[in-house]
Amino acid sequence: MSETPLALTVNGEPVRCSASTTASLLEVIRDQLALTSAKRGCDQGACGACTVLVDGKRINACLALAHSHAGRRIETLEGLARGGLNPLQAAFVAHDALQCGYCTPGQIMSACGLLSEGGTLDRATIAERMSGNLCRCGAYSNIVDAIAEVASV
Amino acid sequence: MSLEPFDYYRAKGLADAVSRLTRPGALAIAGGTDVLPLWRVGGVTFDCAVDLSHLDEAAVRAEPERLVMGALARLNDVAGDSHVRERWPLIAQALDATASPQIRNLATVGGNLLQRTRCSYFRSADLPCNRRQPGSGCGARDGVHRMAAIFGTSAHCIATHASDLAVALVALEAALAIVGPDGERCIPVVQLWMLPGERPHVETVLRPGEVIRSIIVPAAPPSTCRYRKVRDRASFEFAVTSVAVALSIKDGCITQARLAAGGVGTVPWRLRSSELALLGQRANPQTFQAAARLAGDGAAPLRDNVFKVELLRRTVEQSLEEAYA
Repeated sequence: MSETPLALTVNGEPVRCSASTTASLLEVIRDQLALTSAKRGCDQGACGACTVLVDGKRINACLALAHSHAGRRIETLEGLARGGLNPLQAAFVAHDALQCGYCTPGQIMSACGLLSEGGTLDRATIAERMSGNLCRCGAYSNIVDAIAEVASV
Repeated sequence: MSLEPFDYYRAKGLADAVSRLTRPGALAIAGGTDVLPLWRVGGVTFDCAVDLSHLDEAAVRAEPERLVMGALARLNDVAGDSHVRERWPLIAQALDATASPQIRNLATVGGNLLQRTRCSYFRSADLPCNRRQPGSGCGARDGVHRMAAIFGTSAHCIATHASDLAVALVALEAALAIVGPDGERCIPVVQLWMLPGERPHVETVLRPGEVIRSIIVPAAPPSTCRYRKVRDRASFEFAVTSVAVALSIKDGCITQARLAAGGVGTVPWRLRSSELALLGQRANPQTFQAAARLAGDGAAPLRDNVFKVELLRRTVEQSLEEAYA
């Protein structure tokens, strides 16, 4: 597989790396850039553990071809956490919104995207719009509590 | 399993894309949400991914007489468009019921219509599937086929088409603008997909190098509509059955009725018998029940998906009631 140069903006910093033409954005973020908050759960868009923001919108990094996203602005949990806990992170801690924690970075990035999408939120809407993120420990109820607190609903 | 590598080419414009896609081994990619997972399991191989996602054909334009969606518009960009939500709510409802928010931010409307079936035989490289490997047989027919089609099947394939958007577009009698090496043509959306017949691997009428440029939806007279999707879980799942209803009602009388169903056909399935039973009748529960009873006309269910016939009837009845409520 041929490696070709790839330029991205990741967590506000311009980065240049070399990536296979077949690499997913997730592979580049984890393996080239050593940002490991985004997880490879299912690698087929079903679990949401790889959720990152691209130009402010949440996507599954495992489904995104890396070179297709050259020049885009990528945000991962590492960027969100700069300068102390983000309010969503603090709320996840306060509400025990995790057990094993594997899905948590994806949950928080997804929630971050959700909160920027606008519209009226209630618990049912939050649950529906977080359906792209699985939690095999079953912390769903607490996850919704955490997001609801930050959304002030 | 070792994966077959591919090159990456970012198309510089529509003409450039068409030119690149006429080369052997080229495959169009846009959001990538279907192609990439399929490539990983050996379900599709290609030499060069021609990336269409940066083309200009991504705008959503509401005109007095029609809606024009660029094929590269992302599902969420269409679903979130205020004109779409107000004037073509059937499309918004179908998209809201599609996949997850993360996927809707990546996937394009053109790619959604061209997505490959979710049949697990198609997506398992070591199982027989005439669609993936012509002549290898249909493993689903005598195997696991609870989710398989009851309409439009053949001895060679019983896989469903999985798109929700397609079902809504069929009910709205949308059209597709297609660009290829020989110029541009326009077809009714329902003509995009081919019944499996003896050649299930030939899935659409697109010729080599052709791409969908835009989806055109007439400004509908339908005065009421509803997309109802029945799934094995409440969200983020493909349809077991789904129904798109578009009705025009004048003075309590149904003057136009269009119904299409998903999860039940090898292609998005128009429910003509139910439509005829509605036309000219009073809009009331008795009429809806009578129309729903005909929804299974022509069905050819198998051992484990026979339940879909009754489920479809009930989905039709419920969607009619909800549309009229």
